[in-house]
Amino acid sequence: MIFAVLILSLLGLIMGALLGIAARYLAVEGNPLLKEIEGLFPGSQCGQCGYPGCNAAAEAVANGQAPVTLCPPGGKGLAETLAGKLGVSIDLSSVEEKEPRFAFVHENLCIGCTKCLKRCPTDAIIGGPRQIHGVFAEACTGCEKCFEVCPTECIEMRPIPATLQTWYWPNPAKAA
Amino acid sequence: MKIKLFPIRGGVHPEDRKGLSAGMAIEAIPLAPLLHIPLQQHIGAPAEPLVSRGDRVKKGQLLARAQGAISAPVHAPTSGLVMGIGGYPAHHPSGLKVRTISLKPDGKEEWIEGLDPVPDPFALAPEEIARRVAEAGIVGMGGATFPSAVKLDLRKRYSLHSLVINGAECEPYLTCDDRLMREQPEQVIEGARLMARGLGLESVLIAIENNKPEAQAALRAAAAPYPAVKVIGLPTRYPMGSEKHLVQTLTGKETPARGLTADIGVVVHNVATALAMHEALRQGRPLIDRVMTVTGGAIATPRNLRVPLGTPVSFLIELCGGFKQEPARLISGGPMMGQPLPNTQVPVVKGSNGLLALTAAETQQAPEMPCIRCASCVGACPCGLTPLEIAARIRAGALDASVNRGLLDCIGCGSCAYVCPSHIPLVQYFNHAKGELAARQRARHKQLETKRLAEARSERMEALQRAKQEAMARQKQERAAKAAGGGEA
Repeated sequence: MIFAVLILSLLGLIMGALLGIAARYLAVEGNPLLKEIEGLFPGSQCGQCGYPGCNAAAEAVANGQAPVTLCPPGGKGLAETLAGKLGVSIDLSSVEEKEPRFAFVHENLCIGCTKCLKRCPTDAIIGGPRQIHGVFAEACTGCEKCFEVCPTECIEMRPIPATLQTWYWPNPAKAA
Repeated sequence: MKIKLFPIRGGVHPEDRKGLSAGMAIEAIPLAPLLHIPLQQHIGAPAEPLVSRGDRVKKGQLLARAQGAISAPVHAPTSGLVMGIGGYPAHHPSGLKVRTISLKPDGKEEWIEGLDPVPDPFALAPEEIARRVAEAGIVGMGGATFPSAVKLDLRKRYSLHSLVINGAECEPYLTCDDRLMREQPEQVIEGARLMARGLGLESVLIAIENNKPEAQAALRAAAAPYPAVKVIGLPTRYPMGSEKHLVQTLTGKETPARGLTADIGVVVHNVATALAMHEALRQGRPLIDRVMTVTGGAIATPRNLRVPLGTPVSFLIELCGGFKQEPARLISGGPMMGQPLPNTQVPVVKGSNGLLALTAAETQQAPEMPCIRCASCVGACPCGLTPLEIAARIRAGALDASVNRGLLDCIGCGSCAYVCPSHIPLVQYFNHAKGELAARQRARHKQLETKRLAEARSERMEALQRAKQEAMARQKQERAAKAAGGGEA
């Protein structure tokens, strides 16, 4: 009887030790998928998804707490890549893409307070103290951070106008 | 002379309806009261205006210069007064406004001095030919509007063996290339030989569909003195004029997927481009007008016209006797690949080869019915694709899956939609999907840029923070040192 107890305890000790070692040396730090997903996000920390930043959003998506369609600047393209990575199926045709917009500074109202350009995550606003600010429309992601802080409400979020280069035919299935 | 032709798969035989305008000789037209010359009439970057409101310009004067590697300049189609530069509806289905120079002709048709005709253009070096072609603002006039000079430079990157002049004109209704070949065969041949010289090539093949025997005969006669120039009759089948299929018919070689015909050693130019090059080199004349066909069942008298660029489409319709009946659709280009025009205000541009006013009977519009998987479209597709499968995926919003099925190899010829018994707008699905893919590509590019900018900003912020901390630490040290020093003293 003692013999059997000894063997089992010994086995238990050895296996426990092995598991302990494995846990120490073969540990996986964080969710490997998380890193990949973080890499896919725009990284502008704009907060349009409702999470404090892109990393938090990536974590929520990786854990399945948020839908893959959460990122407005990423659009349909990002949603599709995320869905592919996570192996979830989404119906993109039902995803209404948020109309892309850009910030426009009304120059007659701007007082040059520099509040907006300090907050811009992509440095899309140029200007200086007591200088009228301007926006590089190409660099603006439409995150509305500047829109919220402007004391004179001189920033307007305008839809990005279609050009011959960006216009394309609507889906005939929806048009009909 | 007979050369062996190679078969291509698929294609359709639409009723050609060229008889409406094929008998009408090309006619010059009077000037419209106001010309609208868009700054972008080509693929690439828009031209940059050099004139401003109130300027008097002469015919042929440079109005806007090319900017960037792929671009083309724009010249004044006549002498007159610049009324302004601003947004005007584009020759495009979207009806969007583009930057356009409005020119009020003074009716004097005064040419600018200093045109530089070359008595013997064949003595020019290939680089000089390309430079003059670029300066004349010549673009591909078959409708693709790719700057021709850039295409002449292909010899630097590819090993080429033949130049093909595309006179197939496989689209129904259109007769402008046909008339041009019949009426100016010597000039077309000379333009083609100059192109060959610009490309450093000997062999020129002029390919014309067999439904244009007069054009074939005229060009054969004009090409007789030049053994390197061969005129070849093509079987009449749509889309024989697609450059990839044309090259395959002539050489038996298929252009690699998403590649250029230059990959297999062939460059293709349109006959109208050849004529424009002849005029640019021999007469020093920039591209300021083009031949186009105005036709369709709703047009009173279909005609072939030589139209100054910028002439409003409504003016052409008036010249052709107006509408016999209300057109169901107004199309720029041919009925197969042409695009609908939003209104008749839009101006004629370098790429407009036809204006079609089609009656309801001609458009044969019918409500879309479910796909019965008859595979007619598979048989008609000249690219060997399965249009029904691709369209089903686009309809489901699965763009990547449609790309895997070969969406990007589609040339948008419309053969599938033409044969579909259920009237499914297949090619419209493909055009939409291609646009959507391009939009996603742009979004991805912007996302990468955003990331780069955001990282640069956070790096800068961290550097600032560090500098602040270091400064504080230094101050602290100094204070401590001072305090210690003070203690000692």
